[in-house]
Amino acid sequence: MAKVLVVTSGKGGVGKTTSTAALGAALAQTGKRVAVIDFDVGLRNLDLVMGAERRVVFDLINVTQGVAKLSQALIRDKRVDTLFLLPASQTRDKDALTEEGVARVIEELREKFDYVLCDSPAGIERGAQLAMRFADEAVIVTNPEVSSVRDSDRIIGLLDSRTLRAEHGQNITKYILVTRYDAARAARGEMLNIDDVLDILSTPLLGIIPESEGVLRASNVGSPVTLNEPTNAAARAYIDAARRLEGEDVPIVLPVHRRGLLDRMFGRRAA
Amino acid sequence: MNSAIPSQKKSLRFHARSFVAFTLSPEAPLEKWLGDLDRWTENSPGFFAGRPVLLDLSILKPAGDEIIARLVSQLATRGIRVYAIEAGDRQTLGPDLPPLLKGAKPVVIDEPHATGESKSKASALSEESADTRSLIIRSPIRSGQSILHQHGDVIVMGSVGYGSEIIAAGSIHVYGTLRGRAFAGSAGNSEARIFCSRNEAELLAVDGWYMTADEMEPATRGRPAQSFLDNGVIRVAPLD
Repeated sequence: MAKVLVVTSGKGGVGKTTSTAALGAALAQTGKRVAVIDFDVGLRNLDLVMGAERRVVFDLINVTQGVAKLSQALIRDKRVDTLFLLPASQTRDKDALTEEGVARVIEELREKFDYVLCDSPAGIERGAQLAMRFADEAVIVTNPEVSSVRDSDRIIGLLDSRTLRAEHGQNITKYILVTRYDAARAARGEMLNIDDVLDILSTPLLGIIPESEGVLRASNVGSPVTLNEPTNAAARAYIDAARRLEGEDVPIVLPVHRRGLLDRMFGRRAA
Repeated sequence: MNSAIPSQKKSLRFHARSFVAFTLSPEAPLEKWLGDLDRWTENSPGFFAGRPVLLDLSILKPAGDEIIARLVSQLATRGIRVYAIEAGDRQTLGPDLPPLLKGAKPVVIDEPHATGESKSKASALSEESADTRSLIIRSPIRSGQSILHQHGDVIVMGSVGYGSEIIAAGSIHVYGTLRGRAFAGSAGNSEARIFCSRNEAELLAVDGWYMTADEMEPATRGRPAQSFLDNGVIRVAPLD
């Protein structure tokens, strides 16, 4: 039986889709069977980040409505053969998703996979609530910045009240994944520090992903960063986070700002 | 029933009830006022749900019933149901509008504030309730959550997030960081207090008097603090 994870945040643009792809690929590389689902109906992106946009035939809506079989809609990744994508529809909107339809799809995926990762749309409306509805665990993607942290707090409240597990009085395991962490800006005190983020959200940390051009490069060539540049600092942070999801005890290290030679000679830059 | 049956002389009993109602006093321009209201309710979703709301038109002085009807329906779409209208010098209102209210007495009036929403309380004979049990909350209160406890104190073991609120008839105790809004003594209790082990609150209110984060002394921020009424003036003071 698969573990169903929702990757969510409330706020847009914090890195949900990138993180879904990177974590999904990292888990699949360890031999686990992984399905990633794009719930952002109407604005599909996950297929682009995974480099599968030219192979989309059927989508999530088709499967929930019974137009296509799940096996027809799942796209196998070309690089990792245990990684599958269920794309979102670009032409429909989120109202086309029904709770019964999503329940059926998740149930079927549970039988066939080890991990099901649901890439939530931004916001707290229907699409986001359906993405989290059947989750066992949640990865809350947060940038170290006040509005993102506040939105994450709101999402945690919804996870604790609107998910099926919560409604049955069960616990939903939650993790914070801090993305776009800029060590240089943190050193200058221009970002919330990790302790503040965790204090506000009072939820355990899954990992800290440093801001990296490698992430953008990987998205642009349509490959999860964990596959495209596995030695990149961000990729390594995602791989570690995936190992923690598997229950491994991997210590979290705070990315440090490597100061260049000139920096060292002249001390602090005048920011 | 059949009208042939002679009516029995049964004495009718009338009960007087008084309750606290929130009064909304819209101001021109109405669009801006509604915008301010939306911004305010965004931070406290469900604040008006199930609460009696009066519409005070003495500031706006709308020209005709159509304007009032439109305003009432605009409020209805925001989940605010108007119980009655105070229309200042007007003697009548159209039959489709909520009833006209006269003689409501404000007891505590908060100064109109930048929040765009002025609350006042109609006179209330608050009956001492026998049920004064405390509400103990062991989990953190998240953004967007609203805790309403109409009897007794609220005790929060964790933190209270930005954009959340606690409304208690009694006092409020927060053992974590208080970042949201706290309304103590909400049903008219000037003895109620708010305690928190770290004050990052957006707003603290006791018995209808409130203070926003901007108005608090910097010395009371980020540390243990309490809030109370001192001769009718709300104060926030460090606890240690």
